[in-house]
Amino acid sequence: MEGFLRVEKLGKAFVADKPVFSDVSFKLDRGEFVCIIGHSGCGKTTILNVIAGLDTASTGHVFMDGREVAGPSLERGVVFQSHALMPWLTVRKNIAFAVESRWPEKSAAQIDEAVRAAVELVGLTPAIDKLPSQLSGGMKQRVGIARAFAIQPKMLLLDEPFGALDALTRGTIQEELISIVRKTQQTVFMITHDVDEAILLADRILLMKNGGETSSGYVPGGVAEVVVNTLPKDRSRQTLHHLDGYYELRNNIVDFLVTRAKHH
Amino acid sequence: MNPSLFKSLGFRAGLVSVLIFVFILAAWHAATLPSRPAAAPTTAVSAEQAEYDKLMGKSAPAAGEAAKTTGFPTLAQMGDTIVKQLSNPFYDNGPNDKGIAIQLAYSLARVGLGFLIACAVAIPLGFLIGMSPLLRRALDPYIQVLKPISPLAWMPLALYTIKDSSISGVFVIFICSVWPMLLNTAFGVASVKREWLNVASTLEVKPLRKALKVILPAAAPTILTGMRISMGIAWLVIVAAEMLVGGTGIGYFVWNEWNNLSLTNVIFAILVIGVVGMLLDLLFARLQRAVTYVE
Repeated sequence: MEGFLRVEKLGKAFVADKPVFSDVSFKLDRGEFVCIIGHSGCGKTTILNVIAGLDTASTGHVFMDGREVAGPSLERGVVFQSHALMPWLTVRKNIAFAVESRWPEKSAAQIDEAVRAAVELVGLTPAIDKLPSQLSGGMKQRVGIARAFAIQPKMLLLDEPFGALDALTRGTIQEELISIVRKTQQTVFMITHDVDEAILLADRILLMKNGGETSSGYVPGGVAEVVVNTLPKDRSRQTLHHLDGYYELRNNIVDFLVTRAKHH
Repeated sequence: MNPSLFKSLGFRAGLVSVLIFVFILAAWHAATLPSRPAAAPTTAVSAEQAEYDKLMGKSAPAAGEAAKTTGFPTLAQMGDTIVKQLSNPFYDNGPNDKGIAIQLAYSLARVGLGFLIACAVAIPLGFLIGMSPLLRRALDPYIQVLKPISPLAWMPLALYTIKDSSISGVFVIFICSVWPMLLNTAFGVASVKREWLNVASTLEVKPLRKALKVILPAAAPTILTGMRISMGIAWLVIVAAEMLVGGTGIGYFVWNEWNNLSLTNVIFAILVIGVVGMLLDLLFARLQRAVTYVE
């Protein structure tokens, strides 16, 4: 079957006749890592929420694994921009809540085992019994990622997970994410604002254009271009900028964001 | 002495508190000082006059004893009453003469029962109102009309329908404590962060589990605030309610001692009401702290 995730002619209108985006179609293969880049307000988060089942589109459909997405599901793990941890639960209990939801039949010992495995995956074992308020921003986001991985979803949706982190922390977590994704062969759809992040992580990058008024009337936004990342698979953050083709790729995306992403 | 001790705010505040207390006692003492009878001819009272005074409740001042200028109890009388009441708080000499602890127990039992029933009604109903915009709008007019009614205004209706003064007291406590809890629960539930609900949705958490594991802990600090306000109001209202229905309780005790013209007992009861109210508030403050989370 072609396309593990299929997004078909998706559109969302908050004001009738002026959809934020329309006719958005793309596919993700199993194990593929796809980033979507665009300016604020172009509808990236709405697309991700529709795929997650948290929001509904005005037009179009989303299919995953041959079935239409009709609501939120344990088959799609979501990492939220604001980490969305329950502040009254420790790291252990936050992840246990997800594991219990996924496998209600598991015993307490089995759940704890799964929790510890997930925490170890993101290197937070020493902080397992801490409350989110005792953790740094980067650690909180790691817990968010661990929680999403802990339920072993069929695909992962990341809503700009590193947006609020400083550059150094972001770099470390990006590398952790790469290694986890490679290990687990996850299918990932991720929103980002960071061009280098997209080039580092993604196999393909969708460039989104904002909707806006032009001389010939209102034009809705949508996916304007798809960039295939041709850099070698084993690229790392340290050597990324030395690779052949890196600047070409980067310039192309930056040019798009600066000149072509918005109607002027 | 450690000099930094004097600099700590807690110590200085405590010192000021003690000074204020000493000042109040001194003022009290000064205000109730017996004035020296200006060479009053105590011996000039005739036997008939003395007998008459006795009948009127004014015992003739014995020779050498000072005449009182005010009926307000002195510090010594007050201290005497406090010691007497506290040294035997559980005595029961019939309907009009019970120890302070027994009266308090009656009041606390009424407040506790009324409050628990109010919790059982307000928290689930508050959940429904907080989760359903339809119910919120439908019930809003009722809440807005019922909330400002003085709980004591329900008393005649309660006495008529329930026909039991003690249960009527419980009902009045229920009706006064239900509103703050209901409104706070509804508000707390309605303002649970969207992202936590989204997490629960993506994990396909069932509604009941979501209510207990996500919404309840998220709204718990707000709900506890409502419970604390309710308990404060309930403790205010129980005194008035018991004065009205009589029989037992700290409110009845105050009224009964007023009828006995025993001001020391009235003052003692006022102090007890204050201290117990403070302890109840402290209890809820502690519960509140236990469920509060830092984001």
